[in-house]
Amino acid sequence: MSEYAIVAEGLTKTFGTFTATDHITFEVRKGEIFGFLGANGAGKTTAMRMLCGLSRPSEGRATVAGFDVEREAEQVKRNIGYMSQKFSLYDDLTVEENLRLFGGIYGMTSADIKHKANHLLSNLGLTDLRKAMVGRLPLGWKQKLAFSLSIFHNPKIVFLDEPTGGVDPVTRRQFWELIYEAADRGITVFVTTHYMDEAEYCDRVSIMVDGKIEALDTPSQLKKNFSVGTMYEVFYALARKAKRGAG
Amino acid sequence: MKQFLTFVRKEFFHIFRDSRTMLILLVMPVVLTLLFGYAVTTEVKDSRVAVVDFSKDELTRRITDRLATHSYFTLCAAYENVSAAEKAFLRGEIDMVIVFPTGFAADFHHGGNTSVQLLIDGSEPNQASVRTGYTEKVMASFMQELHSGKPMSTSMQIIPEVRMLYNPQLKSEYNFVPGVIGLILMLICALMSSVSIVKEKETGTMEILLASPLPPIIIILAKLVPYFVIACTNIATILMLSYFLMGVPMAGSLFCFLGISLVYILACLSLGLLISTLVSTQLAAMLLSLLLIVPSLYFSGLAFPLESMPTALQNISSIVPARWYVSAARKLMIQGVEARHVIRELGVLTLMTFMLITISLSLFKKRLE
Amino acid sequence: MSSIVVANSLSKQYGKVNALCSLSFEVNEGEIYGIIGPDGAGKTSLFRILTTLLLPDGGNATVDGLDVVRHYREIRRRIGYMPGRFSLYPDLSVEENLQFFASIFGTTIEANYHLVADIYRQIERFSTRKAGALSGGMKQKLALSCALIHAPRVLFLDEPTTGVDPVSRKEFWEMLQKLRTEHGITILVSTPYMDEAAWCDRIALIQNGRFMQEDTPAGIVKSYKPVLWSVKSRQMHELLHDLRRFNMVKTAFSFGETYHITLSDGLSIPQLKGHLETCGHEQVEITPIAPSIEDCFMELMNQTL
Repeated sequence: MSEYAIVAEGLTKTFGTFTATDHITFEVRKGEIFGFLGANGAGKTTAMRMLCGLSRPSEGRATVAGFDVEREAEQVKRNIGYMSQKFSLYDDLTVEENLRLFGGIYGMTSADIKHKANHLLSNLGLTDLRKAMVGRLPLGWKQKLAFSLSIFHNPKIVFLDEPTGGVDPVTRRQFWELIYEAADRGITVFVTTHYMDEAEYCDRVSIMVDGKIEALDTPSQLKKNFSVGTMYEVFYALARKAKRGAG
Repeated sequence: MKQFLTFVRKEFFHIFRDSRTMLILLVMPVVLTLLFGYAVTTEVKDSRVAVVDFSKDELTRRITDRLATHSYFTLCAAYENVSAAEKAFLRGEIDMVIVFPTGFAADFHHGGNTSVQLLIDGSEPNQASVRTGYTEKVMASFMQELHSGKPMSTSMQIIPEVRMLYNPQLKSEYNFVPGVIGLILMLICALMSSVSIVKEKETGTMEILLASPLPPIIIILAKLVPYFVIACTNIATILMLSYFLMGVPMAGSLFCFLGISLVYILACLSLGLLISTLVSTQLAAMLLSLLLIVPSLYFSGLAFPLESMPTALQNISSIVPARWYVSAARKLMIQGVEARHVIRELGVLTLMTFMLITISLSLFKKRLE
Repeated sequence: MSSIVVANSLSKQYGKVNALCSLSFEVNEGEIYGIIGPDGAGKTSLFRILTTLLLPDGGNATVDGLDVVRHYREIRRRIGYMPGRFSLYPDLSVEENLQFFASIFGTTIEANYHLVADIYRQIERFSTRKAGALSGGMKQKLALSCALIHAPRVLFLDEPTTGVDPVSRKEFWEMLQKLRTEHGITILVSTPYMDEAAWCDRIALIQNGRFMQEDTPAGIVKSYKPVLWSVKSRQMHELLHDLRRFNMVKTAFSFGETYHITLSDGLSIPQLKGHLETCGHEQVEITPIAPSIEDCFMELMNQTL
């Protein structure tokens, strides 16, 4: 087994004449929290879709949890968790029903689901709300529940697409504590965000500009390289050079 | 006024730029017309025929043989009496029964004028009339042969007496034209227009429109105008297609026909508006419209003849606008009646339109909730 | 300075949920007023009431001296509104969208071009492209142009920067500043990003339908009572746990590469440092730090709990 959870080599996706993701090469170590940053339209979503086995690369290759994203997409999906700000849970199902549904999707046994669900709910302080419709929960709780669900089946890697958008500052930090707990359990975390302070919480950060990865290092090294004090300044220095999208 | 026209133009852009919408709005009416028109003129093959022969003479045998060998007919059975044949009918084993009365040949040779009775399933009027036509042709050619070489006496002929089961009046095979128009207008004016209004709610643009000085009534009118225009175009297209291509006559006054169509369009548009005030997603609008369109399909006579429906169902049908329109349109177009005979339909439709407009305008919100 | 937007104990309920609880505030003419808080705090309800799209359940409000309930027609003439979601017609081109919005307000692009010129010029070369095919940043510029094209007195922007990257956000705020200084347009803007407070003249921090505080950004920072310290060590991960376990530490939140903490009275910094070092931390750095709006927001959340 390699020490990497994700390996991308020259990963490329073109739509007609437009190259959304342009030969990106990087590795994510096992158990790492990897920040995947970039301006809107830089190609992050396209890259993430390829890594999750949802979209076929036009060129290059990538392995996730040791499986090829193109040829072994099914195994890739079985070994990853996914959460996005837009879709995460079914609003018209109760907390418990959501848990049972996602556990069932990943082929967990009923006993296993029950045991883990109890643990998860008490951990989040949601035990009393197990019968509540998810749609009625405050956004912050919903996001925390959604994250817990995305790692419910113990995936090797979890992909988080802007998980904290619009969440209040306290909940945002609690959310990151959940991310740390998951990383401590050995789950590799691949996360996108527009909050630059969150970039500091990552072990390593990549910054995409116009489909290419322009920088990849630890936050402190990146700040040193750019001789600046914050990740915001690093991001700003790179992203303002973007030709695409800014229009 | 300029605001209004820009808005209408925008609506046309939406329609012209969506190929699926275009397909439904402009191509489907043509396809439906051709489809039903084709169904009318098409050949009806393999009709299963049973014979009840009370005469059992040489002539009836020859006619029976002739029918049996004809490519469009299959001789299935012979029954001793008419009630046995009718039972076979009910069981769906046969499509048509030919009844030769007693002393058929004798009557023919002596009086020169005799008749056979045809029992036909009239619930499918188009097929029934085609079958009648075929039988008549077979009889006629048989007569020709019988008289070959000899001068034919005009008085000598076999007259088929047609008795329709289930649909005794056998409404004209052209019924489909009012039916198709009734259905298409419901589809375009109620479904498509409500979906287009609700789409603005769903995508959030309604929020900007409502926050603008445009009076809500202008927003609604501007959204409905294109569908009104398209509905009119469709009536013209369907009428022309059926008149020139399929020879469907316009027996009554075209003017009256267009008049009542106009009232029906308004009824459908106000239905669309009503739907759009009740729901907030395109899917819900579509489902609600379908709830209205399905009964319209039933009562338009496209699927089943209205006359063969139970009275209870006919009574329910009175709340469906399409039923009144189709009924009036049939009278005007096919039976060619005068305008005064559709006063009742016109009255009901006008009342419905008025009520629908009142209700939907009172429900339309000038705010978001 | 006169108030152009005035709200008096505005309330709004959805069933049993109180979306807005008796909000009162005034926005001065020509200022950028930011309403800052997380999703679900009531920002959108407030904007919809002020733009006459919702009726308040209690209280009243005026925009440009007009009552939002009674004079809604006249208000709609004078305001520009950009709702949270992308709300343009994706099947119309850039120019067609702008033209459409100009004409429903009874004006033309030419008449008010000077207002949108700075913004629209950046997307003008795509004027024939369908709005649906624009990138996020360009859509945002088009939406702003459309909301401005009738020269509104007040601009209401509901979460214009949500989901937008930091660079585009900065550009967007620079556009707003220009609109205010060059054209004197009053701008009400809501955002979940606390760091955007710096661009506003005055801000309100909103949570659970209530304004927790309303002031200039500097005023809010000034009124932050506790002394705030920034802490870091070589073992950052364990540090947070150790800080939280120590009962003399009142609050500890991660803030980028450090933790921001407040302390109970009576604990000195050398004492804290000593404590952390006995926990095994190396290179402990504790420095006083000026609070950010986010620190203030969290402190206020803490108080209202």
